Amino acid sequence: MATLLEVKDLRTHFFTPEGVVKSVDGVSYDVQEGETLAIVGESGCGKSVSALSVMRLVATPPGKIVGGQVLFEGQDLLKLDEDEMRKVRGNRIGMIFQEPMTSLNPVLTIGRQMTESMELHLKLNKSAAEKRAAELLAMVGIPDAARRLPDYPHQFSGGMRQRVMIAMAMSCNPKLLIADEPTTALDVTIQAQILEVMQRVAKENNTAIIIITHNLGVVARYANRVNVMYAGRIIERGSAKDIYKNPHHPYTLGLLKSVPRLDLPKKEKLDPIEGFPPDLIALPPGCSFRPRCKFAVEKCMTEFPPLQAAGQGHTAACWETQKVNASFVQSQKGA
Amino acid sequence: MTQVQRAPQPQQKGEDILVDVKNLKMYFPVMQGIMVQRKIADIKAVDDVTFYIKRGETLGLVGESGCGKTTTGRCILQLYRPTSGSVVFDGQDLMSMNAQQLRTMRRRMQIIFQDPYSSLNPRMTAGNIVGEPLVVHKLVKSKQEYRDKVAELLTTVGLNPYMADRFPHEFSGGQRQRIGVARAIATRPEFIMCDEAVSALDVSIQAQIINLLQDLQDQFNLTYLFIAHDLSVVRHISDRIAVMYLGHVVEIADRNELYANPLHPYTKALLSAVPIPDPIVEAQRERIILQGDVPSPLRPPSGCVFHTRCPIMIEECKGGVPPLREVAPNHWAACIRV
Repeated sequence: MATLLEVKDLRTHFFTPEGVVKSVDGVSYDVQEGETLAIVGESGCGKSVSALSVMRLVATPPGKIVGGQVLFEGQDLLKLDEDEMRKVRGNRIGMIFQEPMTSLNPVLTIGRQMTESMELHLKLNKSAAEKRAAELLAMVGIPDAARRLPDYPHQFSGGMRQRVMIAMAMSCNPKLLIADEPTTALDVTIQAQILEVMQRVAKENNTAIIIITHNLGVVARYANRVNVMYAGRIIERGSAKDIYKNPHHPYTLGLLKSVPRLDLPKKEKLDPIEGFPPDLIALPPGCSFRPRCKFAVEKCMTEFPPLQAAGQGHTAACWETQKVNASFVQSQKGA
Repeated sequence: MTQVQRAPQPQQKGEDILVDVKNLKMYFPVMQGIMVQRKIADIKAVDDVTFYIKRGETLGLVGESGCGKTTTGRCILQLYRPTSGSVVFDGQDLMSMNAQQLRTMRRRMQIIFQDPYSSLNPRMTAGNIVGEPLVVHKLVKSKQEYRDKVAELLTTVGLNPYMADRFPHEFSGGQRQRIGVARAIATRPEFIMCDEAVSALDVSIQAQIINLLQDLQDQFNLTYLFIAHDLSVVRHISDRIAVMYLGHVVEIADRNELYANPLHPYTKALLSAVPIPDPIVEAQRERIILQGDVPSPLRPPSGCVFHTRCPIMIEECKGGVPPLREVAPNHWAACIRV
């Protein structure tokens, strides 16, 4: 497998009257062709901003990409001018947003919104674009697709709109699909439908997916590899199996232990992570997870731990990875 | 078939039922016309729902958006006046009470809302938000007592008493939800309806609030109606669970029974749609993916409302609404195929 996308030391900061919010602060990762990579974390950890930065869709001002490289098929997207960037967006990289209600234009028909990007990027004429739009809608499971093209977004349900979004994002056969919380606004039965469709369509076209979510279950079902983010940085990365079975960072461990699970006997009490996420304007010195961490030692006060090897293709940013992992293994034995 | 036969009854007569809901219906009229409003249809948000909640237990109410779970909860508190049916709280019929009588009852029944951002008045301090129910129900006699009570409530939910002078925007989401909880327990209620009380919170914070709710239940012998769409959370907190679909309760059972042995095809699909945070388990799981969307409650399907999406539908399902039957001891399901 070849490397499709390589993000190197990306820094995206927001300059607000209260101070500089370091939403993404030195994030590096790569995406291989055809794989599904998940970025997991809680609200405000920078997972969406890190993906928006790849597309250069961060609102400027107040946001600004202040450093790093985004190499897509070897080309640094951050160095392109706006015209060249427009040829990448929606064409070689597709994007699906969280809110299917607000990300479609309410005054344009579905057909118009779908054909626009194909006429622009694929240079199709109107009738060819409409024909392809109907095929794409059929592919994502919209019944009677050709007749739905003149309909407006309000005539579609939430799940159907998200299918339209997937069809639209896939319309120019992108190499990479970025899905930002694609199912958070949907019910579980609809969520299952949408994720299945997304995965099937991507597989058929050999499209890589970056899926951004806070739902650990979704990640387990669909992702090959996982990046866990906290306060603007990746704090653990590895294969989905390693992350769930062998976590080495106390935050990952805390996340896994704080969700009740359907398949295991009920626990008397949940094991939450104490405290709350830090203020990104005034991050504590040293490791930003330290104030909530059970494993913290002296060193965590002063030095932010670099990503350290924890196994094959598995790294964690913690000084005490061995202790954390041992504690997890111990708790699994007890369960 | 008489109505009484359909209703799930408590196992033994002597059990202490706090909330008893029978044949509850809540229809919202759909009006049309500019000058003269005519009623053109009903939205049957809740259609013939029957269940009970024992004192000290937690009943989980699950279902997808628009299935009527919140409306059911609000009908119990009489925040909507139901179209028909009966709601009995601790032996007293709430449906026949007037506004004055209801206000005194509401001291005993409280609510925690989903969104900790919009359910707190941004112009009131945390202390006054928590203290307002004490004033409304005249539970404090002096300013000093009021301040002491508010401080005590804030401490109970894990906040610092000095935070009483802060405004909601100065708190994080999890802390705001703690304020919402403190307000709900201020009047020492017996019954609290938790309407998606943890759904808007991040997982690490969600676990904190769930633990808090369980601690408070032990401490004050609270009875909860826990409304949520997250089945793993509902399983964790509930003693019994009712599953709703399009205004109908399709299955009620004890927690363990429902998850180990779901009977209704909708419950089965709902459970299998929940992804489990374990890639190895996920790879081996059987999934039932339902086709299509939830039909509009304005035009519900004939017969069993689930038949349009049901994987085991037969012709008879289109005939009549299947009643809740006791398929196994204390396990009720509304499906003719189980």
